[in-house]
Amino acid sequence: MQGEVGRGAERTADAAALQGSGILREIKAARIEFVVSVPDIVTSEGLLRPLARDNSPRLIRVCKEDEGVAICAGLAYCGKRSLLLIQHTGLLDSINAIRGVAVEYSLPICMMVGLLQKEPGVPPPQSKQYGVRIVEPILDAMGVAHHRIETDIDIGRIRPAIDDAYEQSQPVVLTIGRRPS
Amino acid sequence: MMRRDEALKVLARHVGEDIVVPVYTTAFDWVAIHPHPLNYLCVGAMGLAPSHALGLALGRPDKRVLVLDGDGSLLMNLGCLVTVADVAPRNLVHFVFENGTYEANGAHPIPGRDRIDFAGFARAAGYRSCHVFDDLPAFETGIAAVMGADGPVFIDLKIEPGPPPVYDYKLMHSEKLRADFKAALNG
Repeated sequence: MQGEVGRGAERTADAAALQGSGILREIKAARIEFVVSVPDIVTSEGLLRPLARDNSPRLIRVCKEDEGVAICAGLAYCGKRSLLLIQHTGLLDSINAIRGVAVEYSLPICMMVGLLQKEPGVPPPQSKQYGVRIVEPILDAMGVAHHRIETDIDIGRIRPAIDDAYEQSQPVVLTIGRRPS
Repeated sequence: MMRRDEALKVLARHVGEDIVVPVYTTAFDWVAIHPHPLNYLCVGAMGLAPSHALGLALGRPDKRVLVLDGDGSLLMNLGCLVTVADVAPRNLVHFVFENGTYEANGAHPIPGRDRIDFAGFARAAGYRSCHVFDDLPAFETGIAAVMGADGPVFIDLKIEPGPPPVYDYKLMHSEKLRADFKAALNG
């Protein structure tokens, strides 16, 4: 489910940066009202900390990632857009919640997932990290759409992916492949 | 101790247009006693009902949200107590129907049965008020006051293990039920 834009971006990834301010701008443009999060070291400084300083979207801190899947589900039924900001370890821990709530109940659970210890510029399937390598195949097996956010070129994919998730009422995962500045 | 169905009948007299999020065995009893489109059955599994309820409470602060949790379910997601207390929604009431078993999975005992203090957990996490009822007359007398307080409120009901209900999972996972809930909530 990886799109062509993402593949093109990989070729220039080493030479490019990823700006947290750009990601935050797109999250706001996608009309996200709540960000639900367990801290992720990839996005900690460049995204979560600026989010925490901002009043909008409202940040909801949770103890565990599967809680966040359910909170986002409740918000979706109320017509409120939310984003679950987590690390890929938390995504793996939440597979059953994503399976049962997001996939089988067809809910627009939007997840932004930091790929812990992924090497910048290296596509996730080629990472030396086993945990990183298995993320996309697992999402493919589950039928969950996913998009790579590796450089600023990819930031433009965030809003359409979220809009599409809500229009189709389906989950989506946006993987963050390097630490945003 | 009280019977779950009797406790639910008492509760039903105090539920108007509230959103109700019942879990597993309690859910099947509840929908028989109080069928209503604002019953939210689509919680999945693994103790996530209070987290769904928190999302609903955040999304609709104008409506009261009641979660009818199980003790086994809550043990699978104890962190939710801390999250709920941190967000502190005034419109959330969290019941636990404590019968000491994983009833939907063969009625095996929960770990720590008869030793753990669920209301103590909730109090320590920071719920605004926590209550325990272990008999029906006391619950009938006290329910209006405790449900009327600002949330998050935690109410532990001591329930007798009883005969299993008919587990109608087709109903629980019904797409129509989810559509009806959404329409009733946003209609």
